[in-house]
Amino acid sequence: MSDKLYKIILFVAALVMPVVCGGVFYALVTDAYEAFDYFGFLNFLTSSEWSYTEGNEQYGALSFITGTLMTTLLALIFCIPLSLPVALFVGEYFKGTKIASVLSTITDLLAGIPSIIYGLWGFYTLRPIMISLNISPQGSGVLTASLVLAIMIVPYAASLSAEFIKMVPTDLKESAYSLGATHAEVIRKVVFPVAGSGIFSSYILAIGRALGETMTVTMLIGNTNNIPNSITSTGNSMASIIANQFGEADGLRLSSLIAIGLILFLITALINMIGKVMIKRARIV
Amino acid sequence: MKKKFLPFLTMTLAIVMMSCGGNKTNGVREAQELSGAGATFPLPFYNAVFENFSQVNGDVVAYGGIGSGGGVRNLRDKIVDFAGSDAFLTDKEMADMDPVVHIPTCMGAVVVAYNLDGVKDLMLTGEVIADIFAGEIKMWNDRRIAALNPDVILPNEAIIPVFRSDGSGTTFVFTDYLTKVSSMWKDKFGAGKSVNFPTGQAAKGNPGVAGVISNTRYSIGYVGSEYAFAQNIPYARIKNTKGEFVLPSSTTISAAASGVIPTDTRCSITNADAAGAYPISTFTWLIIYKEQNYSDRSKEQAEATIDLLKYILSAQVQNMTSEVNYAPLPAKARELSMKNLKTVTYNGVAILQ
Repeated sequence: MSDKLYKIILFVAALVMPVVCGGVFYALVTDAYEAFDYFGFLNFLTSSEWSYTEGNEQYGALSFITGTLMTTLLALIFCIPLSLPVALFVGEYFKGTKIASVLSTITDLLAGIPSIIYGLWGFYTLRPIMISLNISPQGSGVLTASLVLAIMIVPYAASLSAEFIKMVPTDLKESAYSLGATHAEVIRKVVFPVAGSGIFSSYILAIGRALGETMTVTMLIGNTNNIPNSITSTGNSMASIIANQFGEADGLRLSSLIAIGLILFLITALINMIGKVMIKRARIV
Repeated sequence: MKKKFLPFLTMTLAIVMMSCGGNKTNGVREAQELSGAGATFPLPFYNAVFENFSQVNGDVVAYGGIGSGGGVRNLRDKIVDFAGSDAFLTDKEMADMDPVVHIPTCMGAVVVAYNLDGVKDLMLTGEVIADIFAGEIKMWNDRRIAALNPDVILPNEAIIPVFRSDGSGTTFVFTDYLTKVSSMWKDKFGAGKSVNFPTGQAAKGNPGVAGVISNTRYSIGYVGSEYAFAQNIPYARIKNTKGEFVLPSSTTISAAASGVIPTDTRCSITNADAAGAYPISTFTWLIIYKEQNYSDRSKEQAEATIDLLKYILSAQVQNMTSEVNYAPLPAKARELSMKNLKTVTYNGVAILQ
C-alpha cells in the first residue's frame, strides 16, 4: 500500500516539470501567433527591422538573433583560454591535491555571484577601460558584453570539463607514459581524445547559459535595435530586447517579443539537446 | 475547544473592527481603501502624498507603478479607482470607454543632460537637439553648437546620444517637443513612447540613461527632471518660444502651464508660448470616471476618491511638490480642476457640492 502511494507521489512530482515546460511552450506559441501570422514566420526570422512607427509597425528578430549569437560565440572564444587551464589544473596536473580543490571551489564560487554584480562590474570598470583604450567611443557594445559573459560561464565549463578529464582511465595514461610520452604529450594524445566529447558538451552547456543571460547583457550591449556591424558596435540580444521592452509593450509588439522568446526557447533547447547527446557519447568511450 | 477559541475570536473581531469600523475620517464616512495604478514618473510624489493623505484622512491608498499604459488599461477594465498617466487620453481612447475626468496632479519636465569636462553652462535650441539626436550634428564643436555657446570651449569629439531602450512617458514628452520644433524630426521620427532613434546607445529607465551619461564623456541624453534634480547631473539651458534660454526648475516648469489651458486640461505644454517657461515641461494626470458608481463601488469609496483629488489640489500638497523635485500646478490649472471635480457624480448626483 505505502509503496503504491510512494509511487504515485513520485509520479505526480515528476510530472510537474514536463507540465510546466509544456505550459511555457504552449503559452509562447499562442501569444506569438499574432506576430507570426502578421509578418509570416520566415519573414519575422529574416527581417532586421524594428520600427515603432504607428500604423506601420515592423518587427523582425534577425538583429537580436545575430546579437545573441555574436555575444555567445565571442563569450565562448574568450571562455576557452580561461577555463581549459583551470580544468587541466584541477583534473590532471594537480588532481586530488589541496590546491586543486581550493581552485575548483573558487571557480565554482563565481557561479554563485548574481549577474547584476557582473553587470555593474562591467559597467563601472570594464566600460571605462574600453573607452580609454579607444576600442569604442561609448564603451558598451557586443565586445564588452561578451567579455563579461565569458567570465560568467567559466565555472560551468571548467568544473564539468575537469570531471571528464578526471574520468580518463589511469591505465591508458600509464601505458602512454611507459612508452616514453611526456606529460604534455599524454594530455594532447590521450586525455583530449578520450575526454574530448565530454569537454565539448561542457562548453555546450556553458553556451546554454550565455544564450539566455539577460541582466549583464542589457547593461553592457548598448541596446540599439540593429545588426551589430562590428564586434565593438552596439546591438541587442534576444533576452535584452525582451527585458527592455516587455513592460510597456502591447499588441503586435508584445506578440513579437513573445515570438522572440519562443525562438530563444527553441535555440536553447536545441543546444542543450546537442550537449546531452555528446555527454552520452562521452560515457560510451 | 470552544473556550480555547473564544479569546482568539474576540481578538480577531476587535482587530477587524479597529481596521474598518473603528476608523472614522475627519468627516462622517468610514475610512476606505483606494487603489490606483499607472505612471511611474510621479511615483515618488504620489508615495509621499498618499502617505500624508492616510495620516490626515484615514483612507489608505495603494498605487502600483506599472506604467501609464497599464494604468489606463486597468481603468478601462474598471478594476481600479483611478489611473495615473503621463499622457492624456486621445479622443480615440476616450471614445472607447465611459466618460472620464482628467485631473492634473503636478508638473515635471525632461532635461537634456550632458557629460563635458569643465562645461557648467550649455545652451541649446530645440532644432539643435533634434539634429543631434537625428545624427545630423555629429561633433561637439559643430558650428551650430558653437554659435549658441560662444564662451564655451567645445571639444573636437563625437557626440554620443543616449536614449531610453524601454517604452516611456519621458521619451514621449521629449519627442513631442522635438516634433513641435523640428519639421525634420516630425517627418522622420515623430513622437511616441518608443521612437526609432537612428544613432547612439540606449539604456533602461531614467537611472540607466543617467548612469550612462555620467559615466561616458561626450555623451548627451534626456532624463526625467525629478531624477535629474535628485541626482544633480549637469543639464542644458533650452531656448523657449520667447527666445529665453531657460534652465529647468520648479518655477520655470510651472511657468509652462501659465498659458491657455483647455477646460478638460488635456493638452501638451511642450514648447509653451509663455514667458520664463521651460519648453520640455509636462503635466501628469490622475484619471477617474465621471460616473463613480461602477464595479459595485460604494458611495463612500467614491467620496474618498474625490477627497483624495481635492487633497492633491490643495495648496498644502502643491507647495510640497518642489520638495520632492516636481513643480506645482499654476493657480489656473487648479481652479479648472476643482471645477472638473464638481462634475463627478454618483448615480447621477454630484458628489462635491
